Amino acid sequence: MEATKAQVTGTLVGEISSVPGGERIRLCIQCGTCSASCPNANRMDHTPRKLIAMARAGMREEVLSSNSMWLCASCYLCTVRCPREIKITDIMHALECLSVRENVSSARTLTPTMYRSFSDFVYSIGSVPEPSFMILFYLLTNPLRAMRMIPMAFSLLTHGRMSIKARRLKPEAERQFKAILDKAEELGGI
Amino acid sequence: MKYYTYFPGCSSSDGGAKAYGMSTEAVARALDVELIELEDWNCCGSTPYTSVDELASFCSSARNLALAEEKGLDLVTPCSACYVILSKTNSYLKEYPELRAKVDEALAAGGLEYHRTIKVRHLLDVFANDIGFDEIASKVKRNLGGLKVAPYYGCQVVRPGPSFDDPESPQSLDRLIECLGAEATPFPLKARCCGGSLIISEEDLALGLIRKLLDSASSNGAECIATVCPLCQTNLDVYQGKVNKKFKTSFKLPVLFFTQLMGLAFGIDGKTLGLEKCIVPAEKILTRYIER
Repeated sequence: MEATKAQVTGTLVGEISSVPGGERIRLCIQCGTCSASCPNANRMDHTPRKLIAMARAGMREEVLSSNSMWLCASCYLCTVRCPREIKITDIMHALECLSVRENVSSARTLTPTMYRSFSDFVYSIGSVPEPSFMILFYLLTNPLRAMRMIPMAFSLLTHGRMSIKARRLKPEAERQFKAILDKAEELGGI
Repeated sequence: MKYYTYFPGCSSSDGGAKAYGMSTEAVARALDVELIELEDWNCCGSTPYTSVDELASFCSSARNLALAEEKGLDLVTPCSACYVILSKTNSYLKEYPELRAKVDEALAAGGLEYHRTIKVRHLLDVFANDIGFDEIASKVKRNLGGLKVAPYYGCQVVRPGPSFDDPESPQSLDRLIECLGAEATPFPLKARCCGGSLIISEEDLALGLIRKLLDSASSNGAECIATVCPLCQTNLDVYQGKVNKKFKTSFKLPVLFFTQLMGLAFGIDGKTLGLEKCIVPAEKILTRYIER
């Protein structure tokens, strides 16, 4: 039993450590500077400090299915303040990627769906047409919310801030971009 | 004349922050800065992509760096969100050989190579440090005397760094505003988060952050806010009405790109600077400065 636990412990921390920016996770002294600096910690299932402790304790499922990393706004305040120079924001990104890969993302936040809608556009055309991305996101989550966004969309349109036509790369550039991303996919992640 | 490779990013090129791109180009011309747009650039890599598929995001970013390297000039972007990702890719490709090997292999599939020789710069850095405050002040035709501006940096222009300015108490935008004749008001939350793209998925949470920023700016006497990032501008301007509704506040703070303020001071007309694209109208506080 103990051996299994130790193995699991090794796994999550090991995976995070192997991601660029995640290597210093083992140096955490649990001082809580990250949690105190985080603008969104109060809404997280587990604060950043606790999340690191849980990851190191091998609580894989609890960590990866929590909403914590999805509420990280990537403001990097924790990263610049950490006395152990741990790149906490990078660790949050690594946890998000793991949670997506294992399909265990928290259902209590719409951020995973939003990020995926965004990334789908990047992959398919190399840029992000804001209106189409928003529409896709609302269709995937709550079409009723889209209705509530109509006044705002109208205001953006009348202020010349919404382009209906998506920016496209030249066909050969788009092919090159796709070839690069497909190769990345083939290489199986970071 | 100074030359740079220009990376506008999705939002400033033809998206919600089009006015940022327009005013950037107009101000650059006035300062004898030639911004040569990177041909067929793609998405910077972006924080959302980093959070779903890190390797793909690094590769997306690296294609831009490789294309820019062929030109040999510094790569400049006005978008803080693009800046943070492009610089991160640039430095991580130097720091992490295993990542570099994978990214090189992916780039090769597109017939590209990246030798890690270029620098990624934010537009604010270029204006503050390459052009300099004296040169900027010398172009001022219409002193913005009396205008009280809250200098809003947000996060990703100064963090995680190493950056051209302090990660928590930056000064370069304050100084830039002052060399236009305007007054940079105290703004304790100047480098705090606007919520970024979480405004879409976690609206309540982000509205709370935006409210704190608007409160900090207005309680310190600002008549408007100057930003250096498309996401910050969108959150503070487009969602200001929602903040007022949710918190029963009555903020009416125009949120301008710093390049729009510079353009006004340089005597460039409001239309060229995209001033009419502000949702919270800026004309009222700017009437005495606007060239029609």
